[in-house]
Amino acid sequence: MKIDFKHKQAAHCENGVISNLLNFYNIHLSEPMVFGIGSGLFFSYIPFIKLNFIPITSFRPLPGFIFKRVTRRLGIKTKRFKYNNSEKAMQELDVFIEKGIPTGMLVGVFNLSYFPKEFRFHFNAHNIVVFGKENNTYFISDPVMENVETLTYDELAKVRFAKGTYPPKGRMYYISEIPKNINLKKAIVKGISRASKDMLNIPIPLFGVKGIRYLAKRLKQWPEKLGDKRAALYLGQVIRMLEEIGTGGAGFRFIYAAFLQESAAVLEQSWLLNVSKDMTAVGDKWREFAYLAARTFKKRGTEISTYSQLSDLLLSIANQEKAIFNKLKKISL
Amino acid sequence: MKIKDVPQDDDGFLQEGKLRDLCYAVDDDGNYKQVLSIGWNPKNEAMKLALQLVEEQVEKTKQEVIEGKLSPLAYYMEKSIMDIKLVSQYSHIPKRKIRQHFKPDVFNKLKSSVIAQYAKIFNISIEDLLNIDKIKNL
Repeated sequence: MKIDFKHKQAAHCENGVISNLLNFYNIHLSEPMVFGIGSGLFFSYIPFIKLNFIPITSFRPLPGFIFKRVTRRLGIKTKRFKYNNSEKAMQELDVFIEKGIPTGMLVGVFNLSYFPKEFRFHFNAHNIVVFGKENNTYFISDPVMENVETLTYDELAKVRFAKGTYPPKGRMYYISEIPKNINLKKAIVKGISRASKDMLNIPIPLFGVKGIRYLAKRLKQWPEKLGDKRAALYLGQVIRMLEEIGTGGAGFRFIYAAFLQESAAVLEQSWLLNVSKDMTAVGDKWREFAYLAARTFKKRGTEISTYSQLSDLLLSIANQEKAIFNKLKKISL
Repeated sequence: MKIKDVPQDDDGFLQEGKLRDLCYAVDDDGNYKQVLSIGWNPKNEAMKLALQLVEEQVEKTKQEVIEGKLSPLAYYMEKSIMDIKLVSQYSHIPKRKIRQHFKPDVFNKLKSSVIAQYAKIFNISIEDLLNIDKIKNL
């Protein structure tokens, strides 16, 4: 059984899975549209939660948030499942596929056989769609891959039950109901308002624009506090999070700029085109940050001036993003 | 970012026709388009830094295994970028016991069923897990 499912590559897995699943049900939304409606643009720096002993920097909301928001805002109903037992999880998947339902699921990356080895870290919030099974082989639409991939039963069972931080536990989901009329305009406005609130108004200094400022302040002290080697490590980790697999070049900022451009046409509000340009400019500045940061950690040496330069760059990014979301928060239909 | 500025810095991590980064960049009219990228130096460098750290740790553990200070279990754990907690989650063996199994004398006396459990996590054979000479050549 192979469902007639169209695989389309995306910059980011969660956007891609949503966009591809919706497309199957004849709702054609681009990746940027999905990202924008799902308020996918965010920033958080959480120094006391560590991943491989290095603080977490994140450029998007928690995994699953985009999916929840997009489906809710478009009035789409979904069914979700979670399992304790891998045989049951695989058996139910087979039932869905037999019924012709393309099924999204969470998997761990470490044992994902079609991923290049260098990318296989213990990261458990990767999204794929399974859309067919022949003999013992499953057809996989993995949004970051250029083409359709396959996994054997054992391989798929293994990645669905990866262990570690946020284990997927066989989680899967599918779209169960599509409303007759979809109010795209309203969904866009909601998506933009929420992203603005998250970037500007969370009263904890770790999130949004305040989070960028906080990172700027801390980063300046890294060489002194941590020593050259650890400072370089911390910086390298920020760049790896900024440049998550699939999204090249400050990707999330550019996806959002593309979203604003598309929204300007849908909502017939041309002022959004200008904000899109501002967002592109800030994306370029994030690229500059990554470029300078890479030069710094490559040397693994102290150049205090570079760390303070990086810090200043972050502060100006924070100011620019604040200005952008101050404009965007006024959005209405 | 303009389309002509989309980086194409190939460092062997990505592969054309299989996995490239999808970028959004503006064309000459200012419209956003999708462009595939084979890599970008800052990202490649961050990858290399992360891999280098893993490599350093693996190398250090390898020496300790060869010197008889640690069991092969420690080596394969590092090589799989795992920590004791993760090995415990995969194997259902308590962390305290895994720490004991890092000692070569304790490890060598383990039941073959326990060795098999570990071998399965690391996707290697039981023979390989027990063979220190093999580690020397890895």
